[in-house]
Amino acid sequence: MISEKKKKRSIAIPTASMADIAFLLMIFFLVTTTIDLDKGINLTLPEKGGEEVKIKRGNIANLLVNAAGQTLLDDEPIEIAQIREVIKRKIEEKGYDKEGKPILIVSIKTARETNYDTYIQVLDQVKLAGATKISIAEPER
Amino acid sequence: MKFTKKEEATSSIPTASLPDIIFLLLIFFMVSTVFKEYRGLPILTPAARSTEKVEAKRNITYLWTDKNHRISIDDKIIPLNVVSQIIGEKFALNRRLIISLKIDKEVKMGLVSDIQEQLREAYALRINYSTRFK
Repeated sequence: MISEKKKKRSIAIPTASMADIAFLLMIFFLVTTTIDLDKGINLTLPEKGGEEVKIKRGNIANLLVNAAGQTLLDDEPIEIAQIREVIKRKIEEKGYDKEGKPILIVSIKTARETNYDTYIQVLDQVKLAGATKISIAEPER
Repeated sequence: MKFTKKEEATSSIPTASLPDIIFLLLIFFMVSTVFKEYRGLPILTPAARSTEKVEAKRNITYLWTDKNHRISIDDKIIPLNVVSQIIGEKFALNRRLIISLKIDKEVKMGLVSDIQEQLREAYALRINYSTRFK
């Protein structure tokens, strides 16, 4: 009777501690995982030495930002907060191409002394307006 | 006799499947973990609303620029004219490279433009201006 009991015990592998081991590993990976996602404004730069494409003057909206953070949209002064609305209206006016992208190209030109923050605010407004064709002109020397 | 047997069977919670569940979770975290490699420079990024997620974290290289116009890649402070060389080496290893520009809001556009020129030279054309959510 006793020997039979012993035999029965040795058959099973203890799996009770397996969960603990797995928990320990899981906690390690939980702690080391960085959940904070990188957020930002995506942009694709033009290729160096790429072909120059001729575009109709009417299809471009020119945005100029000076060193003091003042902005000009097509030679008219504009507040940064209003850019979104105006660009949106311009996009609607010009319509969309076959792929459903707006025809309007927004060209942003800054001075070398312009603050990066101001530039991001302008870019943000343009992106919010739904423009997909954004051209970043080289700052004037 | 039959009655007591039934009671015995229901008295314990089955724990045999517990490790499987935990392992599943463990594997998920193992796969999704990307170890933080570099710390960067102390900066304050500008705030914006039209932010997008950067989907592939493994393809990202961070380029830090603080308000003292110091540029840092992989925790090494480097001069501006070396940027294209370092990024070029990284681009050769990974064609899907995305450069996340962590630039302080007080930096002038002249420097930002110079950095972008360096990136264009290295053919690293996919960039992301890192921003805070407004």
